[in-house]
Amino acid sequence: MSATVNENSAAPAVEASTAIVTEHTLFAEQVYKIGNFPITNSVLNTWLVVLAVVVFCLYFRKKIKLIPTGVQNYVEAGLEMLFDVFDSVTGSRAKTLKFFPFVFSFFVFILINNWLGLLPGIGSIGQVVSEHGKNLFIPFFRGGTADLNTTLALASIGVVASHIFGIITVGGWNYLNKFVNIKALIEIPKKVLKEPTVLIVNPIKVFVGLLEIISEFAKIASLSFRLFGNIFAGEVLVASMAAIMAYGLPIPFMFLEVMVGAIQALIFAMLILVYLTMMGTAEEHE
Amino acid sequence: MDTVMLAKALAIGLGSIGPGLGIGLIGAKAMEAIGRNPEASGKILITMLIAAAFAEAIAIYALVIAFSIS
Repeated sequence: MSATVNENSAAPAVEASTAIVTEHTLFAEQVYKIGNFPITNSVLNTWLVVLAVVVFCLYFRKKIKLIPTGVQNYVEAGLEMLFDVFDSVTGSRAKTLKFFPFVFSFFVFILINNWLGLLPGIGSIGQVVSEHGKNLFIPFFRGGTADLNTTLALASIGVVASHIFGIITVGGWNYLNKFVNIKALIEIPKKVLKEPTVLIVNPIKVFVGLLEIISEFAKIASLSFRLFGNIFAGEVLVASMAAIMAYGLPIPFMFLEVMVGAIQALIFAMLILVYLTMMGTAEEHE
Repeated sequence: MDTVMLAKALAIGLGSIGPGLGIGLIGAKAMEAIGRNPEASGKILITMLIAAAFAEAIAIYALVIAFSIS
Protein backbone atom coordinates (compact mmCIF):
# COMPACT_ATOMS: atom_id res chain seq x y z
CA MET A 1 0.00 0.00 0.00
CA SER A 2 3.04 2.28 0.10
CA ALA A 3 3.13 3.92 -3.31
CA THR A 4 5.02 7.14 -3.58
CA VAL A 5 3.22 9.92 -5.41
CA ASN A 6 5.19 11.89 -7.93
CA GLU A 7 4.18 15.17 -9.51
CA ASN A 8 2.08 14.76 -12.60
CA SER A 9 3.26 17.99 -14.19
CA ALA A 10 5.95 18.10 -16.86
CA ALA A 11 9.14 16.37 -15.74
CA PRO A 12 12.42 18.18 -16.38
CA ALA A 13 14.27 16.94 -19.41
CA VAL A 14 17.29 15.86 -17.39
CA GLU A 15 15.32 13.18 -15.44
CA ALA A 16 17.08 9.83 -15.76
CA SER A 17 15.09 7.54 -18.03
CA THR A 18 15.80 4.55 -15.80
CA ALA A 19 13.91 6.01 -12.82
CA ILE A 20 10.65 4.22 -12.04
CA VAL A 21 7.69 6.58 -11.88
CA THR A 22 4.77 5.68 -9.63
CA GLU A 23 1.77 7.90 -10.08
CA HIS A 24 -1.75 7.81 -8.79
CA THR A 25 -3.75 8.22 -11.96
CA LEU A 26 -7.45 9.00 -12.09
CA PHE A 27 -7.98 6.16 -14.55
CA ALA A 28 -7.24 2.54 -13.78
CA GLU A 29 -4.34 1.05 -15.67
CA GLN A 30 -4.75 -1.88 -17.97
CA VAL A 31 -2.92 -5.05 -16.99
CA TYR A 32 -4.19 -7.56 -19.47
CA LYS A 33 -6.20 -7.83 -22.64
CA ILE A 34 -8.68 -10.52 -23.64
CA GLY A 35 -9.16 -10.06 -27.37
CA ASN A 36 -10.16 -6.44 -27.68
CA PHE A 37 -11.39 -6.04 -24.10
CA PRO A 38 -8.93 -4.39 -21.70
CA ILE A 39 -8.80 -5.78 -18.17
CA THR A 40 -7.82 -3.05 -15.72
CA ASN A 41 -6.57 -3.57 -12.21
CA SER A 42 -9.85 -2.32 -10.75
CA VAL A 43 -11.76 -4.99 -12.64
CA LEU A 44 -9.43 -7.65 -11.19
CA ASN A 45 -10.28 -6.31 -7.75
CA THR A 46 -14.02 -6.49 -8.29
CA TRP A 47 -13.69 -10.08 -9.48
CA LEU A 48 -11.73 -10.85 -6.33
CA VAL A 49 -14.54 -9.38 -4.22
CA VAL A 50 -17.19 -11.38 -6.06
CA LEU A 51 -15.13 -14.53 -5.54
CA ALA A 52 -14.80 -13.82 -1.82
CA VAL A 53 -18.53 -13.19 -1.39
CA VAL A 54 -19.52 -16.30 -3.34
CA VAL A 55 -17.11 -18.51 -1.39
CA PHE A 56 -18.35 -17.14 1.93
CA CYS A 57 -22.00 -17.63 0.98
CA LEU A 58 -21.48 -21.18 -0.24
CA TYR A 59 -19.61 -22.05 2.95
CA PHE A 60 -22.13 -20.35 5.21
CA ARG A 61 -25.18 -21.86 3.62
CA LYS A 62 -24.60 -25.30 5.03
CA LYS A 63 -24.14 -24.00 8.55
CA ILE A 64 -27.42 -22.17 9.08
CA LYS A 65 -29.24 -23.55 12.12
CA LEU A 66 -32.41 -22.42 13.89
CA ILE A 67 -30.48 -21.49 17.05
CA PRO A 68 -27.59 -19.32 15.84
CA THR A 69 -24.02 -20.06 16.86
CA GLY A 70 -20.72 -18.50 15.94
CA VAL A 71 -20.60 -16.54 12.70
CA GLN A 72 -24.35 -16.70 12.31
CA ASN A 73 -24.69 -14.57 15.45
CA TYR A 74 -22.72 -11.74 13.94
CA VAL A 75 -24.50 -11.92 10.63
CA GLU A 76 -27.90 -11.86 12.30
CA ALA A 77 -26.94 -8.95 14.55
CA GLY A 78 -25.66 -6.99 11.58
CA LEU A 79 -28.84 -7.70 9.65
CA GLU A 80 -30.97 -6.54 12.60
CA MET A 81 -29.14 -3.22 12.72
CA LEU A 82 -29.52 -2.74 8.99
CA PHE A 83 -33.21 -3.61 9.14
CA ASP A 84 -33.73 -0.83 11.68
CA VAL A 85 -31.86 1.71 9.60
CA PHE A 86 -33.74 0.75 6.45
CA ASP A 87 -37.06 0.79 8.31
CA SER A 88 -36.60 4.47 9.03
CA VAL A 89 -36.42 5.05 5.27
CA THR A 90 -39.21 2.85 3.99
CA GLY A 91 -41.53 3.12 6.97
CA SER A 92 -42.63 -0.51 7.11
CA ARG A 93 -40.87 -3.80 7.75
CA ALA A 94 -42.70 -5.52 4.89
CA LYS A 95 -41.34 -3.05 2.34
CA THR A 96 -37.87 -3.31 3.81
CA LEU A 97 -37.91 -7.08 3.44
CA LYS A 98 -39.03 -6.73 -0.15
CA PHE A 99 -36.16 -4.44 -1.13
CA PHE A 100 -33.58 -5.92 1.17
CA PRO A 101 -31.82 -8.49 -1.06
CA PHE A 102 -31.24 -5.94 -3.81
CA VAL A 103 -30.04 -3.14 -1.57
CA PHE A 104 -27.99 -5.41 0.68
CA SER A 105 -26.00 -6.72 -2.29
CA PHE A 106 -25.07 -3.14 -3.15
CA PHE A 107 -24.02 -2.60 0.45
CA VAL A 108 -21.87 -5.72 0.74
CA PHE A 109 -20.23 -5.27 -2.67
CA ILE A 110 -19.32 -1.63 -2.08
CA LEU A 111 -18.21 -2.22 1.51
CA ILE A 112 -15.79 -5.04 0.67
CA ASN A 113 -14.51 -3.16 -2.37
CA ASN A 114 -13.80 -0.09 -0.26
CA TRP A 115 -12.02 -2.04 2.45
CA LEU A 116 -10.04 -4.22 0.07
CA GLY A 117 -8.15 -1.16 -1.15
CA LEU A 118 -6.59 -0.81 2.30
CA LEU A 119 -5.08 -4.28 2.54
CA PRO A 120 -1.33 -4.66 2.04
CA GLY A 121 -0.52 -5.92 -1.42
CA ILE A 122 -3.27 -4.01 -3.13
CA GLY A 123 -1.59 -1.20 -4.98
CA SER A 124 1.98 -2.18 -4.24
CA ILE A 125 2.44 -5.48 -6.07
CA GLY A 126 2.76 -4.83 -9.75
CA GLN A 127 4.99 -4.68 -12.76
CA VAL A 128 7.11 -2.02 -14.38
CA VAL A 129 6.01 -1.17 -17.89
CA SER A 130 7.96 1.15 -20.07
CA GLU A 131 5.77 3.60 -21.91
CA HIS A 132 6.62 6.82 -23.79
CA GLY A 133 10.22 6.56 -22.63
CA LYS A 134 9.27 6.47 -18.93
CA ASN A 135 9.16 3.42 -16.71
CA LEU A 136 5.71 3.31 -15.16
CA PHE A 137 4.84 1.14 -12.19
CA ILE A 138 1.45 -0.46 -12.70
CA PRO A 139 -0.05 -2.27 -9.71
CA PHE A 140 -1.90 -5.50 -10.30
CA PHE A 141 -4.72 -4.64 -7.93
CA ARG A 142 -6.39 -1.34 -7.14
CA GLY A 143 -9.46 -0.55 -5.09
CA GLY A 144 -12.51 -1.39 -7.17
CA THR A 145 -14.58 1.62 -6.23
CA ALA A 146 -11.62 3.94 -6.74
CA ASP A 147 -12.42 3.70 -10.44
CA LEU A 148 -15.16 5.91 -11.85
CA ASN A 149 -16.34 3.11 -14.17
CA THR A 150 -17.35 0.87 -11.28
CA THR A 151 -19.25 3.55 -9.39
CA LEU A 152 -20.95 4.83 -12.53
CA ALA A 153 -22.09 1.30 -13.34
CA LEU A 154 -23.41 0.76 -9.82
CA ALA A 155 -25.26 4.08 -9.81
CA SER A 156 -26.80 3.41 -13.23
CA ILE A 157 -27.99 -0.04 -12.15
CA GLY A 158 -29.56 1.39 -9.02
CA VAL A 159 -31.38 4.27 -10.69
CA VAL A 160 -32.59 2.23 -13.68
CA ALA A 161 -33.80 -0.46 -11.30
CA SER A 162 -35.77 2.14 -9.36
CA HIS A 163 -37.45 3.26 -12.59
CA ILE A 164 -38.31 -0.30 -13.59
CA PHE A 165 -39.66 -0.93 -10.13
CA GLY A 166 -41.74 2.23 -10.36
CA ILE A 167 -43.34 1.07 -13.59
CA ILE A 168 -44.10 -2.34 -12.10
CA THR A 169 -45.59 -0.96 -8.90
CA VAL A 170 -47.68 2.06 -9.81
CA GLY A 171 -48.35 1.29 -13.44
CA GLY A 172 -47.23 2.94 -16.63
CA TRP A 173 -49.72 5.84 -16.62
CA ASN A 174 -48.85 7.01 -13.09
CA TYR A 175 -45.16 6.61 -13.78
CA LEU A 176 -45.39 8.65 -16.98
CA ASN A 177 -47.26 11.38 -15.13
CA LYS A 178 -44.41 11.82 -12.72
CA PHE A 179 -42.28 13.18 -15.54
CA VAL A 180 -44.56 14.31 -18.35
CA ASN A 181 -47.50 15.51 -16.33
CA ILE A 182 -50.34 14.97 -18.78
CA LYS A 183 -52.86 14.56 -15.96
CA ALA A 184 -52.28 18.15 -14.92
CA LEU A 185 -52.92 19.37 -18.44
CA ILE A 186 -56.12 17.37 -18.76
CA GLU A 187 -57.40 18.70 -15.44
CA ILE A 188 -57.26 22.34 -16.54
CA PRO A 189 -60.50 22.38 -18.55
CA LYS A 190 -62.22 20.20 -15.93
CA LYS A 191 -61.49 22.36 -12.91
CA VAL A 192 -61.09 25.83 -14.36
CA LEU A 193 -64.65 26.86 -13.54
CA LYS A 194 -64.46 25.85 -9.88
CA GLU A 195 -60.94 27.05 -9.06
CA PRO A 196 -59.38 29.49 -11.52
CA THR A 197 -55.95 29.10 -9.92
CA VAL A 198 -55.65 25.80 -11.75
CA LEU A 199 -54.80 27.80 -14.89
CA ILE A 200 -51.51 28.94 -13.34
CA VAL A 201 -50.63 26.08 -11.03
CA ASN A 202 -50.97 23.19 -13.44
CA PRO A 203 -48.59 24.45 -16.15
CA ILE A 204 -46.03 24.91 -13.38
CA LYS A 205 -46.62 21.30 -12.38
CA VAL A 206 -45.94 20.23 -15.95
CA PHE A 207 -42.68 22.16 -15.96
CA VAL A 208 -41.63 20.66 -12.65
CA GLY A 209 -42.27 17.21 -14.08
CA LEU A 210 -39.90 17.96 -16.96
CA LEU A 211 -37.23 19.13 -14.52
CA GLU A 212 -37.51 15.80 -12.73
CA ILE A 213 -36.11 14.12 -15.82
CA ILE A 214 -32.93 16.17 -15.47
CA SER A 215 -32.75 15.39 -11.79
CA GLU A 216 -32.68 11.67 -12.60
CA PHE A 217 -29.40 12.14 -14.42
CA ALA A 218 -28.14 14.28 -11.57
CA LYS A 219 -28.89 11.35 -9.25
CA ILE A 220 -26.66 9.03 -11.27
CA ALA A 221 -23.85 11.59 -11.40
CA SER A 222 -23.98 12.48 -7.72
CA LEU A 223 -24.14 8.87 -6.54
CA SER A 224 -21.15 7.82 -8.62
CA PHE A 225 -19.02 10.89 -7.90
CA ARG A 226 -19.66 10.79 -4.17
CA LEU A 227 -18.45 7.20 -3.87
CA PHE A 228 -15.58 7.58 -6.34
CA GLY A 229 -14.35 10.84 -4.84
CA ASN A 230 -14.37 9.60 -1.28
CA ILE A 231 -12.52 6.35 -1.96
CA PHE A 232 -10.05 7.77 -4.49
CA ALA A 233 -9.23 10.74 -2.30
CA GLY A 234 -8.71 8.34 0.60
CA GLU A 235 -6.24 6.30 -1.41
CA VAL A 236 -4.27 9.37 -2.45
CA LEU A 237 -4.32 10.65 1.12
CA VAL A 238 -2.91 7.44 2.59
CA ALA A 239 -0.30 7.26 -0.17
CA SER A 240 0.78 10.84 0.50
CA MET A 241 1.01 10.21 4.23
CA ALA A 242 3.07 7.10 3.58
CA ALA A 243 5.40 9.14 1.38
CA ILE A 244 6.00 11.61 4.21
CA MET A 245 6.69 9.02 6.88
CA ALA A 246 5.88 5.39 6.20
CA TYR A 247 5.99 4.19 9.84
CA GLY A 248 3.13 5.23 12.04
CA LEU A 249 1.83 8.29 10.22
CA PRO A 250 -0.65 6.52 7.94
CA ILE A 251 -2.33 4.72 10.87
CA PRO A 252 -4.95 7.36 11.82
CA PHE A 253 -5.64 7.94 8.14
CA MET A 254 -6.20 4.26 7.51
CA PHE A 255 -8.63 4.22 10.40
CA LEU A 256 -10.37 7.18 8.82
CA GLU A 257 -10.55 5.28 5.56
CA VAL A 258 -12.11 2.26 7.26
CA MET A 259 -14.83 4.49 8.69
CA VAL A 260 -15.34 6.39 5.44
CA GLY A 261 -15.61 3.14 3.50
CA ALA A 262 -18.34 1.84 5.79
CA ILE A 263 -20.24 5.14 5.85
CA GLN A 264 -20.13 5.56 2.08
CA ALA A 265 -21.36 2.01 1.50
CA LEU A 266 -24.25 2.63 3.89
CA ILE A 267 -25.09 5.97 2.23
CA PHE A 268 -25.09 4.43 -1.24
CA ALA A 269 -27.36 1.59 -0.17
CA MET A 270 -29.71 3.94 1.67
CA LEU A 271 -29.96 6.30 -1.27
CA ILE A 272 -30.84 3.43 -3.60
CA LEU A 273 -33.49 2.42 -1.08
CA VAL A 274 -34.84 5.99 -0.99
CA TYR A 275 -35.08 6.11 -4.77
CA LEU A 276 -36.81 2.73 -4.89
CA THR A 277 -39.31 3.84 -2.25
CA MET A 278 -40.00 7.18 -3.89
CA MET A 279 -40.61 5.61 -7.28
CA GLY A 280 -42.88 3.02 -5.73
CA THR A 281 -45.34 5.50 -4.25
CA ALA A 282 -48.02 7.05 -6.37
CA GLU A 283 -48.34 10.80 -6.34
CA GLU A 284 -50.79 12.02 -3.75
CA HIS A 285 -53.49 14.38 -4.95
CA GLU A 286 -55.06 16.83 -2.62
CA MET B 1 2.84 32.17 -15.65
CA ASP B 2 1.85 28.69 -14.58
CA THR B 3 -1.89 28.89 -14.14
CA VAL B 4 -2.46 25.15 -13.78
CA MET B 5 -1.38 25.03 -10.14
CA LEU B 6 -3.33 28.18 -9.39
CA ALA B 7 -6.42 26.65 -10.99
CA LYS B 8 -6.10 23.47 -8.94
CA ALA B 9 -5.62 25.39 -5.72
CA LEU B 10 -8.57 27.68 -6.37
CA ALA B 11 -10.82 24.76 -7.35
CA ILE B 12 -10.35 22.82 -4.16
CA GLY B 13 -9.84 25.84 -1.91
CA LEU B 14 -12.98 27.71 -2.79
CA GLY B 15 -14.91 24.50 -3.25
CA SER B 16 -14.47 23.38 0.33
CA ILE B 17 -15.58 26.58 2.06
CA GLY B 18 -19.28 25.75 1.73
CA PRO B 19 -19.13 22.09 2.72
CA GLY B 20 -16.85 22.90 5.65
CA LEU B 21 -19.36 25.38 7.04
CA GLY B 22 -22.18 22.96 6.27
CA ILE B 23 -20.69 20.04 8.15
CA GLY B 24 -19.89 22.27 11.10
CA LEU B 25 -23.49 23.47 11.29
CA ILE B 26 -24.79 19.90 11.03
CA GLY B 27 -22.54 18.80 13.88
CA ALA B 28 -23.54 21.78 16.01
CA LYS B 29 -27.25 21.12 15.60
CA ALA B 30 -26.75 17.42 16.27
CA MET B 31 -24.91 18.16 19.50
CA GLU B 32 -27.63 20.55 20.55
CA ALA B 33 -30.26 17.89 19.88
CA ILE B 34 -28.34 15.27 21.85
CA GLY B 35 -27.98 17.70 24.72
CA ARG B 36 -31.71 18.19 24.88
CA ASN B 37 -32.57 14.51 24.54
CA PRO B 38 -29.72 12.16 25.38
CA GLU B 39 -31.85 9.06 24.89
CA ALA B 40 -32.24 9.65 21.16
CA SER B 41 -28.51 9.99 20.59
CA GLY B 42 -28.30 6.77 18.53
CA LYS B 43 -30.79 7.98 15.95
CA ILE B 44 -29.36 11.48 15.94
CA LEU B 45 -25.85 10.15 15.35
CA ILE B 46 -26.87 8.08 12.34
CA THR B 47 -28.85 10.92 10.77
CA MET B 48 -25.99 13.33 11.40
CA LEU B 49 -23.50 11.02 9.67
CA ILE B 50 -25.78 10.71 6.67
CA ALA B 51 -26.31 14.45 6.36
CA ALA B 52 -22.57 15.05 6.76
CA ALA B 53 -21.82 12.59 3.95
CA PHE B 54 -24.15 14.51 1.65
CA ALA B 55 -22.49 17.81 2.50
CA GLU B 56 -19.05 16.29 2.03
CA ALA B 57 -19.99 15.04 -1.43
CA ILE B 58 -19.97 18.64 -2.69
CA ALA B 59 -16.39 19.04 -1.56
CA ILE B 60 -15.58 15.76 -3.29
CA TYR B 61 -16.95 17.12 -6.56
CA ALA B 62 -14.54 20.05 -6.25
CA LEU B 63 -11.69 17.67 -5.43
CA VAL B 64 -12.33 15.56 -8.52
CA ILE B 65 -12.27 18.68 -10.69
CA ALA B 66 -9.00 19.72 -9.04
CA PHE B 67 -7.51 16.32 -9.81
CA SER B 68 -8.57 16.37 -13.41
CA ILE B 69 -7.21 19.82 -14.23
CA SER B 70 -3.94 19.29 -16.05
